[in-house]
Amino acid sequence: MSAGVELDHITVRFGQFTAVDDATLDIRGGEFFSFLGPSGCGKTTILRTVSGFLDPSQGKVRIGGQDMAGIGPNKRPTALIFQNLALFPLMTVADNITYGLRVRGVSKEERRKRAGELLDLIALPGQGDKLVSELSGGQKQRVAIARALAVQPKVLLLDEPLSALDLKLRQHMRNELRAIQQQVGITFIYITHDQGEALTMSDRIAVMSDGVIQQVADGKTVYDHPDTPFVASFVGENNPFAGKVVSADGEHAAIETAHGVLRGRNDRKLKAGDRAILFVRPESFRLGAGASDATIVSETLSSAFEGNATHVFLKGSTKKDITVTVARHGSHRIPAQGEAAAIHFDPSMGVVLPEGKMARE
Amino acid sequence: MSSRLFVFLVPLVVIAIFWFMARAEKGKHHDPTHKGFFERNGTALGIVFIALVAFWTLFLVTLPYLYMVVESFHPKLPPAQRGGPTDVLTIAQYKSFFINPVDNEINTTHIWAFVFSIITSVLVTAVNFAICYPLAYYMAQAGTAQKVRLIMLALIVPYWVNEILRAFSLRLLLASKGLINQALMGLGITSTPIDFLSINVGLYVGLSYAYLLVMIFPLYNAIESLDKNQIEAARDLGAPWWKIHRDVVIPYAKPGIASGCTMVFMLAAGSLAAPQFLGGPSTLWFTSIVYDFFFQAFNWPRGAAYAFILLTACIAFVLLMLRMFKVSLGETIK
Repeated sequence: MSAGVELDHITVRFGQFTAVDDATLDIRGGEFFSFLGPSGCGKTTILRTVSGFLDPSQGKVRIGGQDMAGIGPNKRPTALIFQNLALFPLMTVADNITYGLRVRGVSKEERRKRAGELLDLIALPGQGDKLVSELSGGQKQRVAIARALAVQPKVLLLDEPLSALDLKLRQHMRNELRAIQQQVGITFIYITHDQGEALTMSDRIAVMSDGVIQQVADGKTVYDHPDTPFVASFVGENNPFAGKVVSADGEHAAIETAHGVLRGRNDRKLKAGDRAILFVRPESFRLGAGASDATIVSETLSSAFEGNATHVFLKGSTKKDITVTVARHGSHRIPAQGEAAAIHFDPSMGVVLPEGKMARE
Repeated sequence: MSSRLFVFLVPLVVIAIFWFMARAEKGKHHDPTHKGFFERNGTALGIVFIALVAFWTLFLVTLPYLYMVVESFHPKLPPAQRGGPTDVLTIAQYKSFFINPVDNEINTTHIWAFVFSIITSVLVTAVNFAICYPLAYYMAQAGTAQKVRLIMLALIVPYWVNEILRAFSLRLLLASKGLINQALMGLGITSTPIDFLSINVGLYVGLSYAYLLVMIFPLYNAIESLDKNQIEAARDLGAPWWKIHRDVVIPYAKPGIASGCTMVFMLAAGSLAAPQFLGGPSTLWFTSIVYDFFFQAFNWPRGAAYAFILLTACIAFVLLMLRMFKVSLGETIK
């Protein structure tokens, strides 16, 4: 059984520091929901507030419609998977998995039965008598998941649980986590700074920066239709062009940049005179000149061949170079170093956003 | 005298055997790059090193104890007869603990004092653990750094006060007309003063207090290294606080608990000052008996025998406890 989680104007302060600022959010039951943001953005604070280890300074957490104020972590229908897993080193795998049942007074036979079922679920059948220290990183990971699922939580909270694994295993565990979530059907709330994890696994993502939720949407929307400069620059690669809006209609806006007037989608309904930033993704650029309000000409600094694509770096107006990703297929001539190169883009692939803080490189 | 002389030869013989064994080993696996001890340190410095270590281990540690062992197997004799024909090896001193040599009755006084000392030490250890565990847990896991420093200070500073002063101020506090009795009578809890000292309350309090630090630091060290996430994980899985301690904290801190309990028990059982200053008039502490044999009766052999009985019993008891709680001896000195 799953339950939705509502954050109702949650603010968490530590002394003078505001870790989470007025977060309001409705996580649906059975959803795989991710909080994505750089370290220190407040995403772990939100997780600890939902699990009950932290009381919000203001606002309410509701799980399945029930206000959680005054209910401790041991009484909430949530289970947390810690970043370092926090398995009990002195207990066997089976004892770890069934610890939550043991403290609830479940009988030994019942516990053994449940341990067997859960070990099957995480593909470690018959390994219950091993010590945790005898397992590999990926196996420990799965034991932590089983231990949390054993108490049949309505919401599973995961605090960057894959960060300790190596790359290959991490990618494998992404699929596995998603499969387990679909199998058990409960709400997963996943905390990560890795956009790849968030984009591949989640139904929806909340992008956070400095304690503020910047955008809540599915992965494709977050990537293609970012709401703020932070989201545009944090999720995936992006090229920013800052300037002032010179003309705007409902669909497009043209802004005056150091590279001339450029046009992009006007998702945020900006008006002429607003300070704005146009974002164009590296893969949205094409080599060669196009329409005058969608073409940039600049000096080629370098290029990097990467197998399936080549990155070309052009001199930008700020410290940051303009990155152009050229797909391998097609008969493009990669401009040589020092050569002036023209690039263009489809204005519907660029987005004009109001000026604001961007993600640190 | 011959057996006394012999015991001084034991360490030398042991050293000689080890030296020959090392030589034989070296001869078997010849390693040309290996540099000898004197080659590495120089002859003069090497000799100084060896002499210092030998002096420490032989003269200050090994020999005094060995001498005591030998002494305990001898009869008590006036100096003139030592080494004479009556100076034979005997277990009479050990036997005298069980059977009083004066009347050939069972030596109930000493056996009772022995049992009382051991039981009291166990109690003191338990009380100390009950006091120190919550405190150590708070210091190691819950408290802020500033508060922990304050508690540390409050724990350590009172130990600057010397033991005699501490013991007698405790007497003052617990005396019939002392502060506690006056407070109790003032509050109407009791009408006549309670004689805390004769029912050994002073002894228990004094002993517990004397070894508080010996308990708290091993506990603190053990609990401090426990990952906070382990506690939170147990809590998140639904464990109430006492189950977290039972299942996560105490099993993890077991080596520290064993170490603290062992030390407090050993020190309490072997303590002399607190029982003498704070024990009731009819209380006979075992080490006081040992002390009296050495300094009142000048019966060193019997004193030594009694001391070794205490030592053996304590070690046996501790090993039994370690076995019962499944802690290895090595873990307790980590």
